Amino acid sequence: MKKQAYDLVIKGGLIIDPALGFGREAHLFVKDGKIAGIENDTKAWRKKIDSMPDDMVIDATGKIVVPGLIDMHVHLREPGREDEETIISGCQAAAAGGFTTVCCMPNTFPAIDNQETVKFVLSRAESADARVFVIGAVSKMLKGEELAEIGDLVKAGAVAISDDGDYVQNPQLMRCALEYARMFDIPIISHAEDQYLCADGVMNESFQSTRLGIKGRPAVGEVIAVLRDIKLCEFVGGRLHIAHVTTAGAVEAIRQAKAEGINVTAEACPHHFCLTDDMIGGKFDTNLRVNPPIRTKADVEALVEGLVDGTIDCIASDHAPHAEEEKDVEFDQAPPGMIGLQTTVGLVKTGLIDKGYLSWADAIRKMTQNPARILNLPVGTLKVDGPADITIIDSDKKWTVKKKDFRSKSKNSPFVGWKLSGKVSQTILGGRVVFDGK
Amino acid sequence: MPKSKTEIVMDKKSIDRAVTRISHEILEKNDGAESLVIIGILTRGADIAKRIASRIKEIERVEVQVGLMDINLYRDDVHHKLDQPIIQRTEILFDVVDRNLILVDDVLFTGRTIRAALDQIIDFGRPRSIQLAVLIDRGHRELPIRPDYVGKNIPTSKDDRVLVRLLERDEVEFVLVEKSGLKPKKKNSAKKKVKKIKKAGGGGKAK
Amino acid sequence: MKLQSRHLLGLEGVTADEISLILDTAESFREIIERPIKKVPTLRGITVLNLFYEPSTRTKISFELAEKRLSADTITFTTSTSSVKKGETLKDTVRNIEAMKINMVVVRHSSSGVPYFLTQCLDSNIINAGDGSHEHPTQALLDLFTIRQKYGKLEGLRVVLIGDVKHSRVVRSNIWGLKTMGVSVAVCGPSTLLPYEVEKFGVDVYTDLDKAIDGADVVNIMRIQLERQQSGLLASQREYTNLFGMTAERLKLLNKNYTVMHPGPMNRGVEITPEVADGKASVVLEQVTNGQAVRMAVLYLLSGKWEEEE
Repeated sequence: MKKQAYDLVIKGGLIIDPALGFGREAHLFVKDGKIAGIENDTKAWRKKIDSMPDDMVIDATGKIVVPGLIDMHVHLREPGREDEETIISGCQAAAAGGFTTVCCMPNTFPAIDNQETVKFVLSRAESADARVFVIGAVSKMLKGEELAEIGDLVKAGAVAISDDGDYVQNPQLMRCALEYARMFDIPIISHAEDQYLCADGVMNESFQSTRLGIKGRPAVGEVIAVLRDIKLCEFVGGRLHIAHVTTAGAVEAIRQAKAEGINVTAEACPHHFCLTDDMIGGKFDTNLRVNPPIRTKADVEALVEGLVDGTIDCIASDHAPHAEEEKDVEFDQAPPGMIGLQTTVGLVKTGLIDKGYLSWADAIRKMTQNPARILNLPVGTLKVDGPADITIIDSDKKWTVKKKDFRSKSKNSPFVGWKLSGKVSQTILGGRVVFDGK
Repeated sequence: MPKSKTEIVMDKKSIDRAVTRISHEILEKNDGAESLVIIGILTRGADIAKRIASRIKEIERVEVQVGLMDINLYRDDVHHKLDQPIIQRTEILFDVVDRNLILVDDVLFTGRTIRAALDQIIDFGRPRSIQLAVLIDRGHRELPIRPDYVGKNIPTSKDDRVLVRLLERDEVEFVLVEKSGLKPKKKNSAKKKVKKIKKAGGGGKAK
Repeated sequence: MKLQSRHLLGLEGVTADEISLILDTAESFREIIERPIKKVPTLRGITVLNLFYEPSTRTKISFELAEKRLSADTITFTTSTSSVKKGETLKDTVRNIEAMKINMVVVRHSSSGVPYFLTQCLDSNIINAGDGSHEHPTQALLDLFTIRQKYGKLEGLRVVLIGDVKHSRVVRSNIWGLKTMGVSVAVCGPSTLLPYEVEKFGVDVYTDLDKAIDGADVVNIMRIQLERQQSGLLASQREYTNLFGMTAERLKLLNKNYTVMHPGPMNRGVEITPEVADGKASVVLEQVTNGQAVRMAVLYLLSGKWEEEE
């Protein structure tokens, strides 16, 4: 058998790589799990491709070809809640959603506040269908009292630290964390919601919470938390990343901070720019129970503006699997969170691109180049000799979100039944096809 | 399409005469008015009850107490109908114990309304007797109920409708039967055509 | 004429015609309570479950009596702790109920939205006896009935709801019901106890009690929970009484022929003085009796046959 010069070619797609500034139709070649080259559509190259065996050619005509997407905010639940999700199942969901890289949060049982757990997660991830990078804890057991052994975490492979799920309520501790993390040049990812203002609240505080008689989490709880962290970051230095921004006030605070040169970045989740709190209504759907909560139309508009003008750097899912029986309870007893790995691309296309707010390039930048830069990840681009992590998206394909298509172990999503445009066609990890949607 | 036929079976005058006769009959059977109380079944049974009471007052110069009763809560078909009946206010401001109670309704049909009324009355107390006065008896009983005083017996088929209209409520007054228009089954006894037998000549003797 | 839903989950979205039907039906049931035999056989053979997750004496007894007076078979299940703490989930409790073939469920729970939750997992008709801070429709209906009974009408009156508006389901249901029937509504309480954007209900909002009740016909006073002091929502009981306690003196600001209402139980001396509570304008006891009639009316109207739902 003739030795092939290449292992795989993706032909005829519109290749969009914001990191390379690339955006036109071309052919993408892969060899030994790495990007071998991007070539224009000439007669010679066409001949070359036609000579390759069929199983090495992926026809991406009419589709978009991008670097494998990065989701920098995911909960994989392992160790501790393998009934809700495992690293393997979570990565399968990631692959189906077009994500070749996920960054997992440390609120597992035990928490990822020690190097053994970091190593455990990374070793489990070796055979998974996506790359996993670990985010370690800021404080021991995520209690917000003492710093975790951050040096150890970084040495074992952590790319950032966070107490996600909770705000680091004690400003002194947050100050120390920023100073300490500065040594390792890793960002602190902050779940910015003041614990006292938001205590016991289970939805956004607005006329909706008043009407439904439910305790609310006021927008100002997020704004205050964001402002405090920004000021500490300004004072101490270091790198701050605000997780899941939801309010107009927070967007404005981050915009202002960036203008002043403070080293802060931010992410937004699809459920926060596609849903509004009036959707909870008399049905009390626990799939809409999430922290931070779904907000008002005005907040959604401000969030979209922040995505458009670059204030919000990344789009992440905050994929939070929950067991069905835990969600099938009274609204205020349900744990917060929804899965999101398989709906992100569709929601970005339908909720942002189709509405003219972002172009594909802008959107892809927020799911490749930017998270890679913030977390210093060796992925997120199609440069030659880089890992062959590739996502192929059928941009205009219409599809309906169905529970049975979820590869995650948990199915808690409010988007079931939604008709979306933009579906992941194939996902390739290190040259290996890990998802084929046909 | 067979048309439904309507027929007025009682006009104002005949209704008045019926009420007067019933009032006399009640007084006769009960030896006067002292022991009497009257309860009319809402809606038009109550109107007739009031008329009976006022006629008795004219005849005997005695004021008989009248009560009004909504029987819908005692119906046997409360949970079988899609359209629940509207409940009106029952007003029985006297004691029924040991009285001769005249129960009044406008039309007696299957008897189920009266059955419900009897159950309801018993829950108010134990009368000496309950006697039933109806303006119209249209037959087709489904329960063993019989009236003591009847204004008029009207034969009907089950699908017919009997409508009572009273001046104090409807501005007109009559009792009307609306035939359902369903033709009765034809039996083979059609009218025999009478043949005229022409005989030649004069009448001959039958052989 | 019929109610549009086979459940009563709240008064939000219930039309004026439906409310009138319930009140008119309650009129007729009111009379039954005065009879020597306070019982009619209307709900014979119907089984009603009273599911009380929150402690309640008055509402529970009121419903139980209403059901018994309609000759229904009733059972009451109480628990003072939430299902989660007890280990059995609400859903599992509900599954057991389903297996017992219960026709109607009257439910009170500390979490908003539980009555709706039940409609999704049970075939029974669901009546909300109070869910979290969300709604308490039968209480509002009996309040409406009591007002209508006294004034002969509802439209054009001015009602002020006073107290812990933020946590009160009675206030919310009253707002929906009163507004639907054309009543002018105001709410009054300390700012910490007024919920966010409450004016969006279409009510006037006051933190000054005297201004609030000036020219009003009816005051409906909510019980203040003294525990609120711990969470910083109240300075002290004394201060609340000074600012918001209903005294005989304050009543002079109301229109002639005014009415004082309270859903009970009352904190005498806190939100209402004994003098006002027992005064001639107080209809607190009528409210209790009317509660019977209204609950009987609701049970009757929901018990009929319903067309198969899609």
